[in-house]
Amino acid sequence: MDLWLLYSLMKKSRLFEEAVTQLWEDGLISGEMHLGTGEEAIIAGVVSQLCPGDAMAVDHRGSAAFLMRGVDPTLLLHEMLGHEDGLCGGQGGHMHLFSKEHLAATSGIIGAVGPAALGFALAAQTLRPGSIAVAFFGEGAMNQGMLMESINLAALWNLPVLFVCKDDGWAITTQPGESTKSGMGERACGLGVPYVGVDGLDVEQVWQATRQAIERARSGNGPTFLHAHCVHLEGHFLGLILLRITRAPLRELPGIVGALIRSFMHPGGGSLRERIAGVRYILSSILATWRDPRRYSTNDPLERVQTALVSNPARLKELDSRIEAEISSALASAQQEVVA
Amino acid sequence: MTTMNFSEAIDDALAQAMSEDPRIILFGEDVPMLRRNLLVRFGPKRVRATPISESAFLGAGVAAAMAGLRPVVELYMVDFLGVSMDALLNQASKLETFSGGKWTAPVVVRAPCGGGYGDGGQHEQSLWGWLAHIPGLTVIVPSTPEDAGGLMYAALQHDGPVVFLEHKLLSETFLEFLGSGGRLTVQFDVPAEGRRGPVPHKWKPLPIGKAVLRREGRDVTLASLGVGVHRALEAAEFLEKDGVSASVLDLRTVSPLDKTALCEAVARTGNLLVVDEDYEGFGLSGELSAVVLEAGISCKYARVCTQTTIPYARKMEDQVLPNVNRIRTTAMTLL
Repeated sequence: MDLWLLYSLMKKSRLFEEAVTQLWEDGLISGEMHLGTGEEAIIAGVVSQLCPGDAMAVDHRGSAAFLMRGVDPTLLLHEMLGHEDGLCGGQGGHMHLFSKEHLAATSGIIGAVGPAALGFALAAQTLRPGSIAVAFFGEGAMNQGMLMESINLAALWNLPVLFVCKDDGWAITTQPGESTKSGMGERACGLGVPYVGVDGLDVEQVWQATRQAIERARSGNGPTFLHAHCVHLEGHFLGLILLRITRAPLRELPGIVGALIRSFMHPGGGSLRERIAGVRYILSSILATWRDPRRYSTNDPLERVQTALVSNPARLKELDSRIEAEISSALASAQQEVVA
Repeated sequence: MTTMNFSEAIDDALAQAMSEDPRIILFGEDVPMLRRNLLVRFGPKRVRATPISESAFLGAGVAAAMAGLRPVVELYMVDFLGVSMDALLNQASKLETFSGGKWTAPVVVRAPCGGGYGDGGQHEQSLWGWLAHIPGLTVIVPSTPEDAGGLMYAALQHDGPVVFLEHKLLSETFLEFLGSGGRLTVQFDVPAEGRRGPVPHKWKPLPIGKAVLRREGRDVTLASLGVGVHRALEAAEFLEKDGVSASVLDLRTVSPLDKTALCEAVARTGNLLVVDEDYEGFGLSGELSAVVLEAGISCKYARVCTQTTIPYARKMEDQVLPNVNRIRTTAMTLL
């Protein structure tokens, strides 16, 4: 394991997504924007071990995986700005990234990575023995039938799949207590796939667990379910209402609270007990966001890995400036085209 | 009369219906947050979150309707219906026929639809023609707050499955929640009359399957629905300056289709231009031509629809979706 390599992948992804954030804030990127900030250790720990011929099925949060797999950041940025010279001609955008040469495909449909990884793995088993397929998804996707079905079929057909569950404990604004009854381990094992739980903030742990899982898959011993906890630094997507409320309550709350009070007081409807239960639900979502794990730098996987490398400050500085230069150049190229 | 935003009107009609009928419950992904104003009035038993399990919760909505509830099942977007299509395609729509007319499933599926804000073709489809193709489904696509509330109120009294499509460009909640995400740096081409408008103090059901003529004209009939109605109205203003008098027919429901209103409107002008944000092939636009042909009406015909997968880039998207310029130039080719 080369911690410097893992760090450089994570740092590059972070700087790239910070540039994306700025472009999104400036209105140059339209629609939704799902960042992978906070899950870089999971992506780096897995993607750094992929070889030519391996495939990736990626969810709506795909920039980090594509970047770390070696897709040119300039192509990705141009894609997000909708330029014709972007990775997909500006037609896909960040939720629909495709790179045929990397066998990497994205879908904005939750759970669709399951069947996709199965198919990639089936092709690998037949055409490229020793190659594998990875599926990246969130814990919310584990309630989607097609993903659960895929886990069973991967076990049944002994397919070389690595199911990577990036668990941040939120399905947009819904918490697991409102959506999920059983644990990921019980589910994976119940469907016949070995389960490995790791701290998704610790890239070394992810890398080690992934190495064993990938070895299993490459040697024909079937799929593994890797469950990694993480904290999405920007929530489900940029501009998520719960984060906006906690970051700028004075700006966001008045419009929301006024309507809530009017509705709460409105005649006709539930009993007082039911109405209070409704208010409690909303308060619990806001409070859970307020008790924000994002505030603690120990929950930032990049800072975690950085602390292991500060013993060599010169090398770290040199590496940082090289990555900064690469991302700045991609950003400058993208912005130049905006001006043009 | 007061005025309301589009989604506010739907929620208001829903609230009135919920206070009158305890059988109505809402569920779907993030529904407690998206419908928080209903949550604090009706409580979490009637306004529920679901897991990301569309096939389970939509199927459950259909069967719950069969067993006496009146569920409103929300999908995040109509595109995600693909995951759970069996519930509508093979269950809800078939029940009335298979039961010999003795059993129906009065479920309302509420789903945002349509594009124009830059999410790309997995999140911006219309799909109303695809849905209306299936016998047994009612498909509603309102274009104003008044129609949206009145048709939602009617859907909740309808004795069968209804798909209620809420165009995202008209929905202030969706544009704020995921179009702009609180940004002031993005603008969308939102038709003002669709976004906000007058609504009645008390909701009454609007008849399902009745089109409305939004503009009288002599030379060409523009037939549309949803945001397309507003694009057609804007194009009609330009056409007026070009010396062309266009009428605009708002279909309001795809199924049942108001064939009488369509035929009357087309017979008056002798020219039909369909403005349909849904896909061009094998859909609503072709169906309208069949309806007038079957009625023996002689007319010239053209259509402005979405022909391809909707691309992500905003500039490309604006060309792929029906726009005022395309409507205007296509209308001129008929004359």
